[in-house]
Amino acid sequence: MTARVQEQDFDVGEEITRLRLQYPQAGAVVSFTGQVRDLNDGDAVSSLTLEHYPGMTEKSLAAIIEQARQRWPILDAVVIHRIGTLQPQAQIVLVVVASAHRGDAFAACEFIMDYLKTEAPFWKKEATPEGEKWLDSRESDQSARERWQ
Amino acid sequence: MIQLLYFARLRETLGSDGENLDWPEPGTISALKHKLAGRGGAWQEQFAGNASLRAAVNQELVPDSALVQPGDEVAFFPPVTGG
Repeated sequence: MTARVQEQDFDVGEEITRLRLQYPQAGAVVSFTGQVRDLNDGDAVSSLTLEHYPGMTEKSLAAIIEQARQRWPILDAVVIHRIGTLQPQAQIVLVVVASAHRGDAFAACEFIMDYLKTEAPFWKKEATPEGEKWLDSRESDQSARERWQ
Repeated sequence: MIQLLYFARLRETLGSDGENLDWPEPGTISALKHKLAGRGGAWQEQFAGNASLRAAVNQELVPDSALVQPGDEVAFFPPVTGG
C-alpha cells in the first residue's frame, strides 16, 4: 500500500506495470487518472494550484487505502496526488488497485477516489483570466462518498 | 500551548498560516473557536459565522465537540477539494 504526495508528474503505465508484475495472483489491475480540466463552471482555467496539509495528507490517504483493504480483498493499492501549480491537462491524481478479480478492484478504486475527494486535506485554487479563486467543495462529491455508508 | 494551523482560503482570509496559542487546560474545539472569534473582524466571521469550517486535532478530522489538550496540533480549514 503506497500513498505519495509530490510535485513531479507520474508515469501511469509504469505504476500499473509495477503493481501488476509484483502480484502474479492479480487477475485485475484497475486505475483512475485525474487530469486538470481546461474549463470549470464555465471559466477558462489557466492553472490550478494545490495546497495540502503535510503530514495529515499522507496519513489520511493511508487510512483511506486501509479502509478499502478492509472492505474488499484487494492485493495492493497505490495513490499518487500532485501538489503545486498545474496546467490544464496535467495529471493530478492516480489510483491503482490490484485484486484477484475485477469487481473488487473497480469498487475499491472508486471508493478510494470518493473518500479522497471528501477527506484528504487538499485545496485547489484556480487561476482564470478574471483572477484567482479557491474552489468550493461539491455536493455531488459528498453524495458519491455517502453511497458507500 | 497549542499549535494552530490555518489552510487555503482561511489562511488567506486571516492573513496567517498559524500560531502558538496559550491553552493551559483541555477544552473543546467549540471553545477554541469561540476564543478565536473573540478577536473580531475576519476571526469573528470565520470562527463564529462559517459553519463549513473543518477542524483537525493532531492531523485527524474531528467534530466541534472534540477535546483539545495542551500540546496538541490543531488545524482549521475549508472543506477539502482535492482529487
